[in-house]
Amino acid sequence: MDKMPRWADVFLVPLISLTIAFLISGMVILGIGQNPVEAMRVMVTGALGSSYGWGYTLYYATNFMFTGLAVSVAFHASLFNIGCEGQATLGGLGVALVCLLIPWPHWSMALAAAMVASIAFGAAWAAIPAWLQAKRGSHIVITTIMFNFIAAALLNYILVNVLRPVGSMDPASARFPATTNLPELGAMLNAVGIPFAKGTPANISLLIALVCAVAVWVLLWHTKVGYEIRSFGKSQKAAQYAGINPVRITMVAMLISGGLAGMMAINTVQGEANRLLLNSVEGAGFIGIAVALMGRNHPFGVVLASLLFGFLYQGGAELALWTKIPRELITVIQGLVILFTGALDYMVRKPVEAMFVRFRGAR
Amino acid sequence: MDFPTVIQMLDSTVRLATPLLLACLAGLFSERAGIFDIGLEGKMLVSAFASAAFAVMSGSVWIGLAAGIAASVLLAVIHGVASITFRGNQLISGVALNFLASGLTVLLSQSWFGLGGRTPSMEGAARFDEITLPYANALKDVPVFGPIYHDLISGHTILVYVALALVPLTAWVLYSTRFGLRLRAVGENPAAVDTAGVSVVAIRYAAVLIAGVLCGLAGAYLASLAAQFGREMTAGRGYIALAALIFAKWRPWYALMACLLFGFLDAVAIRFQNIDLGVFVIPVQFTQALPYIITVVILAGFVGKAIPPRAGGEPYVKER
Repeated sequence: MDKMPRWADVFLVPLISLTIAFLISGMVILGIGQNPVEAMRVMVTGALGSSYGWGYTLYYATNFMFTGLAVSVAFHASLFNIGCEGQATLGGLGVALVCLLIPWPHWSMALAAAMVASIAFGAAWAAIPAWLQAKRGSHIVITTIMFNFIAAALLNYILVNVLRPVGSMDPASARFPATTNLPELGAMLNAVGIPFAKGTPANISLLIALVCAVAVWVLLWHTKVGYEIRSFGKSQKAAQYAGINPVRITMVAMLISGGLAGMMAINTVQGEANRLLLNSVEGAGFIGIAVALMGRNHPFGVVLASLLFGFLYQGGAELALWTKIPRELITVIQGLVILFTGALDYMVRKPVEAMFVRFRGAR
Repeated sequence: MDFPTVIQMLDSTVRLATPLLLACLAGLFSERAGIFDIGLEGKMLVSAFASAAFAVMSGSVWIGLAAGIAASVLLAVIHGVASITFRGNQLISGVALNFLASGLTVLLSQSWFGLGGRTPSMEGAARFDEITLPYANALKDVPVFGPIYHDLISGHTILVYVALALVPLTAWVLYSTRFGLRLRAVGENPAAVDTAGVSVVAIRYAAVLIAGVLCGLAGAYLASLAAQFGREMTAGRGYIALAALIFAKWRPWYALMACLLFGFLDAVAIRFQNIDLGVFVIPVQFTQALPYIITVVILAGFVGKAIPPRAGGEPYVKER
């Protein structure tokens, strides 16, 4: 018998963790002499009070959907991919090369090619740690951390020495041709008669991220590979006994994970910046960890958690603009969410379980 | 390269290796007891902030040091509670603490000092003095030995010598004391230690707290060296220390060697930028990435396989 009903496991426990994280954040705000209620009001108005705010919230959420899905696919194979940051960095390089080197007649073709390139580059960057884990037993957490730093150094080198336009001091690539620019979400919604602010960074990548979420759900729960990934994650020995090849599954799970992380670049590099910058990932790879934990590694949960973090990100920018609270508050909230939904899960879960068991006993 | 340049390079190697060494030994205690610690970075960062802030406010470097250690130990306690008491995932706990540290330090320094996330400069008694060893000035002009003694060995702050002294101390504690034996046993086979009637939880908490104190020293050293706290000032050193720990295969003397090597690479990258070898140029980014590349190669086991403590990362559940 399960100790508690499914809805409690899926919604109640994360909600309690989130509430604790927010309460502590509120105390931090009080501690620096600011008003937490006012801060919340500024964040909600700024991020959700206008379609302009929504444009930014959804733009950030798109990033987190890609990285959150990436982390959760790896989690299902009980692999902890901290390397999304590096994989997304390499994905950005793939997108930039495709957009700069080939003259595309239409954005849709550029997008298709950029997706392929971002997936290939991101997956390639995940492939080495995956292979080392599967074949040599090197701990994937350490190798993916190392690969984040190596990716940063590699991109720095390529931007400064190869992609930087002549005469520019910025470590950034040239601007992509206008034909590669992706359609804005605002423009797309206006075209079908829904009013939405123009000039926000949200773009068609949001739809691709949502499609990816559905695809990940189908993959994990309705395909043979997904079944193999999940059984490998639950028990490696049992999976091996059932004839599942551990090397193959580790590789497959990490390649999918890296590919998803890499795809984030179509949103940031092609969709927003229109050129490759030194730090276009901006920590979204790490937020993917928080999003995956919060969303209980389920694509639907990941989408919801991404919206939450998108709201936090846009709200944090508004905070820095209108109040004396620096936007680093968001990093604190992010850390607390990871702490309570990830590392202290047992602490939150135990009393809830006990409550349900007692409730049942009384009945 | 002439002799004074070599001395200068080695001198900055020692300066840059010291925080790595302190953090690396911190990780060594924790991981030898079976608790993975990727939160070295965060602990150093909170200590750098707390020590700079309190040193500036009190005017005393020692109060700063105490505050830095206290802040770092606080994070260590959270890590202990999450990963020992509540049997949480140690890696996730470490990631969470790194974010917490990164956000809180900027948040607090901005609201306390309003300088865009840094602290005011530490001056005079708020900084560690450079210690001149006996006869350093008198022996300065002796050829070869003089510069080595005066410029390289003498003239560092107290924490450099503390860090160096901690290497034999760690080796002694680890290999020659009862506590060290139990600590290593807890990291390899906690059930055996439990059977012998020794508390696994107590040993693991002790290891995590030692790691907290050592990261506190590392952070205070960084702040004093830079004479202030700046946002993200640890700049990945916690991860380099982790890399050094793997390179050293969790052994103290090798940790010293690994940290000196990585400190040297850092010194080379700062001083030379791109290195022109005539045939080809080694870009500075390669030198910067080299510690990470070395670690991956070592982990891959192509050159001397690194095998971590066997019970690392697993919460211990007492059998009933």
